[in-house]
Amino acid sequence: MSKLWRILLPAIVGVLALSAWEISVRLLEVPLFVLPPPSAIAVSLAQDLPSLAESLVFTLQITLGAFLLASAAGISLAILFAHSRLAERALMPYAVVIQVTPVVAIAPLVIIWTGLDNAWAALFILATLVAFFPVLSSSLLGFRSVDRGLRNLFRLYGATPWQVFWRLELPSALPHMLAGMKVAGGLALIGAIVAEFVAGSGTATGLAWRIVESGNRLNMPRMFAALLLLSATGILIHVLLSAVEYLLLRHWHESKVRSE
Amino acid sequence: MKLDSVGKRFANGYAALEDFSLDLAPGQFTSLIGPSGCGKSTVLNLMAGLSRPTSGQVSWGAGGKPDIGFVFQEPTLMPWATVAQNVALPQTLTGRPAAIEEQLAKVGLSAFATCYPRQLSGGMKMRASIARALASQPALLLLDEPFGALDEITRFDLIDQLLALWLGHSFSALFVTHSITESVFMSQRVVVMGGKPGRVLADIAIDEPYPRLPAFRAEARYAAWCGQVLDALRGAA
Ligand SMILES: Nc1ncnc2c1ncn2[C@@H]1O[C@H](COP(=O)(O)OP(=O)(O)O)[C@@H](O)[C@H]1O
Ligand SMILES: [Mg+2]
Repeated sequence: MSKLWRILLPAIVGVLALSAWEISVRLLEVPLFVLPPPSAIAVSLAQDLPSLAESLVFTLQITLGAFLLASAAGISLAILFAHSRLAERALMPYAVVIQVTPVVAIAPLVIIWTGLDNAWAALFILATLVAFFPVLSSSLLGFRSVDRGLRNLFRLYGATPWQVFWRLELPSALPHMLAGMKVAGGLALIGAIVAEFVAGSGTATGLAWRIVESGNRLNMPRMFAALLLLSATGILIHVLLSAVEYLLLRHWHESKVRSE
Repeated sequence: MKLDSVGKRFANGYAALEDFSLDLAPGQFTSLIGPSGCGKSTVLNLMAGLSRPTSGQVSWGAGGKPDIGFVFQEPTLMPWATVAQNVALPQTLTGRPAAIEEQLAKVGLSAFATCYPRQLSGGMKMRASIARALASQPALLLLDEPFGALDEITRFDLIDQLLALWLGHSFSALFVTHSITESVFMSQRVVVMGGKPGRVLADIAIDEPYPRLPAFRAEARYAAWCGQVLDALRGAA
């Protein structure tokens, strides 16, 4: 499929779907608070953009911070675990506990700890907890899958532990690390949103709260506008991380090499 | 350089080598041949210092342990590094100056210096692997069934290149193979191994001049040498 078609095809599908949506809502006279037509959503988006953008920035800050901390912590722990079975045995069960405990369930607890005045700190912690595990598990897999022959080769030439880490383990683990970070990027956003839903009224100012608020006031066009911004953000995060992955792996990793 | 009645028992209790002795003369091209699983790779790993013997000794002549080059069964190249960076690895790790263009030219890979391993054919990858092993000017080159996965035409090509490199330099080569013809064509000496536990069954000197040209494969003497190695191997079974 040509490049043009790959962009054009989903665009056409989108335009058709939006048109069908607009027309059927108008023909069937669906009330605005049940399903607003795309045009009303666009108007609301334009009108409320300043306040929505403020919320978006808040959510983005939480997401970005959580993503960076989760990546740093996940990769560091993976390095530690890869070099010490003892550390893995001792700590991995707790990482799993964090992973399997639903964030919604611990959110109230974390919010009480940070205090309602610091709701952002709670959101930050919760989003980090959600995003952290995929980085840890895939990085660990990466550090474990270093080629044995290459390891022997480095040993043969008396490589220092630092050389082995920097020139062998890190590049071997990189594709797995990036895959984990790509998942973490999406999860950090989800974590930030879910945590804000739980954090409740008035204290939070992110996009999630704008959705709740709009729902309470039956302001469906604005609710949809906020949703739209949210998925646009999710897509942007995914595209950015995929671009980083592509740039780092394009020369050598089979998943990124264009077939001739 | 020699292995002196070396034994190797793995952690699971399996005795891969018992009372195994092998003495390598400097500059000699020696082949080590034996059935699969008889302990050939174990011998190479002991020589390279990648594993320690559980009994006996690995000892080196005057000057201590020499620089060793190792060509594995797989090309074992770093996929994230270019061919030039791969070949330069020994120098990169030891911090010595590298003459990479020269190394690449020797194996005919000059035009591929900036390529990544995935862009090379199997034979080219193996040539890069050989260039890397020779980059540190080793006194001893260990090769573990390096051509096993290649097609026959490529294999003959690489055999000729390896022999030319050996004639042009002064390293000793220990070439592990399970191909009788390969061992006879290349070596001055064929050491025949038997397994369970690994030991030397026969030590055959191939008294033929170099350079060994393709025509050698068609000669009756070549067939006779092959028959002799085969007999020694049959004795193993
Ligand atoms: N790490 C190991 N632990 C236990 N047994 C091993 C190990 N490595 C090799 N072996 C066994 O030792 C024997 C010799 O292995 P190897 O030297 O690789 O044989 P070859 O290279 O001649 O095919 C084989 O039977 C193999 O299964
Ligand atoms: Mg082997």
